[in-house]
Amino acid sequence: MNARSETKVVHGWGSEELPQPDSAGAFRTIHADSLKAGGRRFAMPIHLIGFLLVAPALAIVVLLFIVPLVSSITGAFDVGGAFSLGNFTKAFELYSRDMLFTLTIVLMSSALIGLFSIMIGGYLTLGSNPRAVAILRWIYRWPLFIPFIVVGQILRTFLAKNGLMNNIFIELGLMTPLSAVSFLDWRGIVIAFVWKQTPFVALLLSGAMASIDRSTIEAARNLGANRLRILIEIVLPQVRTTLLVGLILSFVTMMSVLSVPLMINAQSPTMITANMAFRINAYRDYGVANALGLISLLMTSAVAWVYLRQTMREHSR
Amino acid sequence: MSARFDWKWIPRGIALGILAFVIFGPLANLLLWTVTERWYFPHVLPLKYGFSFWANVFSPRGNAMSSLGTSVFIATLTVILSLGLAIPAGYALARLRLPFRGLILLALLIPQAFPNLPVYVNIARIFYQYGLNGTILGVVLVHVTHGLVYAVWIATAAFSAIDRELEEAARSMGASALRGFWDVTLPIAAPGLLASAIFVFLESLDEFTGTYFVGAPDVTTLPLLLYTAGAGGNYQIASITALILLVPSIAFMFVVERFLRSDVLSKVGH
Repeated sequence: MNARSETKVVHGWGSEELPQPDSAGAFRTIHADSLKAGGRRFAMPIHLIGFLLVAPALAIVVLLFIVPLVSSITGAFDVGGAFSLGNFTKAFELYSRDMLFTLTIVLMSSALIGLFSIMIGGYLTLGSNPRAVAILRWIYRWPLFIPFIVVGQILRTFLAKNGLMNNIFIELGLMTPLSAVSFLDWRGIVIAFVWKQTPFVALLLSGAMASIDRSTIEAARNLGANRLRILIEIVLPQVRTTLLVGLILSFVTMMSVLSVPLMINAQSPTMITANMAFRINAYRDYGVANALGLISLLMTSAVAWVYLRQTMREHSR
Repeated sequence: MSARFDWKWIPRGIALGILAFVIFGPLANLLLWTVTERWYFPHVLPLKYGFSFWANVFSPRGNAMSSLGTSVFIATLTVILSLGLAIPAGYALARLRLPFRGLILLALLIPQAFPNLPVYVNIARIFYQYGLNGTILGVVLVHVTHGLVYAVWIATAAFSAIDRELEEAARSMGASALRGFWDVTLPIAAPGLLASAIFVFLESLDEFTGTYFVGAPDVTTLPLLLYTAGAGGNYQIASITALILLVPSIAFMFVVERFLRSDVLSKVGH
């Protein structure tokens, strides 16, 4: 209470007395009330300082991400220095099946990640037994920071036809040796993505669920609603944005991962990330690689657009 | 307080058991492979255990040690550069009224909003012209671009979670702007910034795709060694390398909440 009124006074005093607008202004302009009180005068220098502080980071992103991104787009239309759609014709001829394969895998993984993280987040928020909640909290996060390349290596040995998983199932009598199949195809890729990304989305989601107003949950509980209904009708609508952001980030990540398709399933059909690496390494064919890149950009930009619109809406508040 | 059995533990136990199998089964499999001497079908478990591959990996002739050194060196440089860029940017984004703030945030979000494989392919082509391909600096620059997004996000979240009035109190006692930042804001934000430093370090340590295009074959980091060993069918070497990468990742997972309190975490990406 006291501090607030004091700072207001200080602000009024500061804007009159301090002659250097840059050093002073940098730390002001914050409260809307201080702005009205006279911070307006320092508007320009603050902008300049802010911009100078952001500029180096921005420059790196522009030079090392946006410029190559643009050149990947222009490169896709470049055949021998001239504008052409030849790269796309070739890309569709060779890899149209892989494009469909990629989209299916990524969408299916996203759906499963969403489902599992809602289940995990929901139990962490609404679970009635503290010990079960603690155990779940301890278990589910393990894959969170495990790198994709390690996930690829782990699952390659685990999911193989003679891998540990099938061996255990056979030993337990759940399966006969003859019915054992290798999961190192599209299923392996989906399993790898879901295994690695679910903890990430579940962490974001359970954080968001924990911060919602408990009173609505308690009210619904008092009215006799069961937990599933509370989860679907009360909790989920309030954390929709977080779920969406988490899933979109996962979608983009999965579209960029090279190691998992290379290690789990490099035969056809495979993901277009593996095809791009193959075009470069085997033929130094940047044209078709860039065309494939642009197709993956189009797949994600549809999704990214939703995400950016969401964050922009939140920032404008 | 009688020893009455809670029947709900049956479905709970089954569900948690399945989850534990899904998470720890593959990890146990990795551990088994690191100490396997001989293991083939149809044996459920390895036939012979031993550490001969460990001796191989960590021998002075083995390339794991030099890859580890390269990886740690690159990751350290990446952290220094990323945080050097992210702390001022995060502060400005959290505290100052920037023109085009939305646009700047958008630009800084772009590396997360697009698949980075096509970008790495073209960075490799651009770097080739400047002789940066196959150099440590080239790899560090790629890692910084990737890590910067997280670093800026976490730094912005850490700074915006701090009560402004603390800073203003310092200013009202006559501290200069820079001193207020140095003595008040930075120490409070330190846990969040430390978390972002560790995170950027791990991201760099684990990065495969960019290094594969920009660094290989001259710069061999641990993930590249893991990939080559795995592609050559040498699962023991690959698994030992994977374990070296795994340990810091899991350790970070357990401590991350100490650094990133939920109020900071809830501001990430906002």
